[in-house]
Amino acid sequence: MNDAANHESLPGLKAEARNLNFFYDKFHALKNINMPVYEKKVTALIGPSGCGKSTYLRCFNRMHDLYPGNRYEGAIEFHPDRTNLLSPKVDPIEVRMRISMVFQKPNPFPKSIFENVAYGLRVRGERTRSVIEDKVEMALRGAALWDEVKDRLKEQGANLSGGQQQRLCIARALASDPELMLFDEPTSALDPIATASIEELVSELKEKVTVLIVTHNMQQAARISDFTAYMYLGEMVEFGVTDQIFIKPQKKQTEDYITGRFG
Amino acid sequence: MNQQELQALRTLIAAHKRKDFLFGILGIFALMIGVLTFLSLFANMAIEGLGRIDADFLTSFPSRRAANAGILSAWVGSTLVMLVTAFAAVPIGVASGIYLEEYAPKNWMTDIIEINISNLAGVPSIIYGLLALGLFVYTFGLGQSILSAGLTLALLILPVVIVATREAIRSIPQIIREGAYACGATTWQVVRDHIVPYSSAGILTGIIIGMARAIGETAPIITIGALTFIAFLPPAPFAGDPPAGMFDWLFAPFTVMPIQMFNWTSRPEAAFATNAAAAGFILVLMTLAMNGLAIWLRYRLRKNINW
Repeated sequence: MNDAANHESLPGLKAEARNLNFFYDKFHALKNINMPVYEKKVTALIGPSGCGKSTYLRCFNRMHDLYPGNRYEGAIEFHPDRTNLLSPKVDPIEVRMRISMVFQKPNPFPKSIFENVAYGLRVRGERTRSVIEDKVEMALRGAALWDEVKDRLKEQGANLSGGQQQRLCIARALASDPELMLFDEPTSALDPIATASIEELVSELKEKVTVLIVTHNMQQAARISDFTAYMYLGEMVEFGVTDQIFIKPQKKQTEDYITGRFG
Repeated sequence: MNQQELQALRTLIAAHKRKDFLFGILGIFALMIGVLTFLSLFANMAIEGLGRIDADFLTSFPSRRAANAGILSAWVGSTLVMLVTAFAAVPIGVASGIYLEEYAPKNWMTDIIEINISNLAGVPSIIYGLLALGLFVYTFGLGQSILSAGLTLALLILPVVIVATREAIRSIPQIIREGAYACGATTWQVVRDHIVPYSSAGILTGIIIGMARAIGETAPIITIGALTFIAFLPPAPFAGDPPAGMFDWLFAPFTVMPIQMFNWTSRPEAAFATNAAAAGFILVLMTLAMNGLAIWLRYRLRKNINW
């Protein structure tokens, strides 16, 4: 599992899961996961449905805290300050202010396009109109949506097409300058053209921000990620540089999944 | 399939369709029982009372002579009582609904509270009247006043408001909540920026339907001792010397529309029965207007909200 760590010229660490276990009540959903997340790289989580990849992703922004009966063990250390994201002493609000998320289904708020993007800033208490306007424009440009919506910022977010809605959600997640962005199968509800534009966007995002993305589509993982983790039944089977995972996986299980013999 | 089989199949389908048709007829019949009963009641009241309704009827106090009697004190009383009811029931009911949906831990305590709220909706209104007589009128010393009546009716419609609030909140998809929390919002920010605005249509509808029920309530208001004959108006709200004088109206004696009607129907003279029909017609109009407002608000507020 630590092959990647020995790889020469490794980038800096952004986060690291250490002996992470997660329980839905009595169900042991994640088993002793250890994995680095490298700075300004795209890391993909792949595996058959039910393997725990979304559960793992949602540990990073403490989404599980919203529901009763969930329990974490172990740590996700967040760099450079080495905060343990899972510690009960760390406020999940603080975690979500630093780590943003894009969901499986586009979920724009029933508000205007502008207000959708501005929401993260409003939550942070930003009131200066010009600051908000600048950041909204920057985020919409970053999400490759600005040219399409700049004349209709007052319109409802729901009026956009599915792909545009998802880019709006990316802009919303981008507006508050996150250190890490989580993507939970962001293209599973989109058509192939919209999917291509989101993939391109994710590849561009890594110049500014670290990306962790769950995908059920192996080609997508191969196309956009620098590192790939293969998960199965709540365990981290293999983690490594994407090319290596896809061309020469170390584990038989990974190979079976990638070649389509399983999953 | 040969000709014979085809024929049998067609006969079978025809038999099924006959049953289809029969049930349709039965459904319309059942529906008509309700609709026609209401329409005939309403029409009867309109025919009997419509001729009696004029400006004088709305601006006169009750009188011993039927021709001079009006509903001024009744409709003013009803309006003021509704004002108190709204100010009491809306904040308490909406806050309770929000708490139960967004804040309350899911445990047996919450379950018990939920079951009790649903049960409260089924408690006969006279029981609320007795409670209010002991609590508001005597223990709190609020007297037989507009305030007591408004608070009593607020209690009565509280379960309706709470249930409507919760239903409206539950219709917001979980993924919208998650999206807001993922932006770093606290529960209060989620409630203020998302839950309340997106559910306001449903909440308002619930409030208005509750109020429409309250405006026709008679038993609890009689129980707390509303007057049946009153020939003066309470002081105008918020018009007295501030600060204390502004609230004089709350402690004034009053009557309401259904009590005025009840009073008239118990008189032997036929002319008073006409007065009662006229007042009833206006009361039904008030209720229908409130329901119409609810429908319009729901349409207006939901127009921009689609998931």
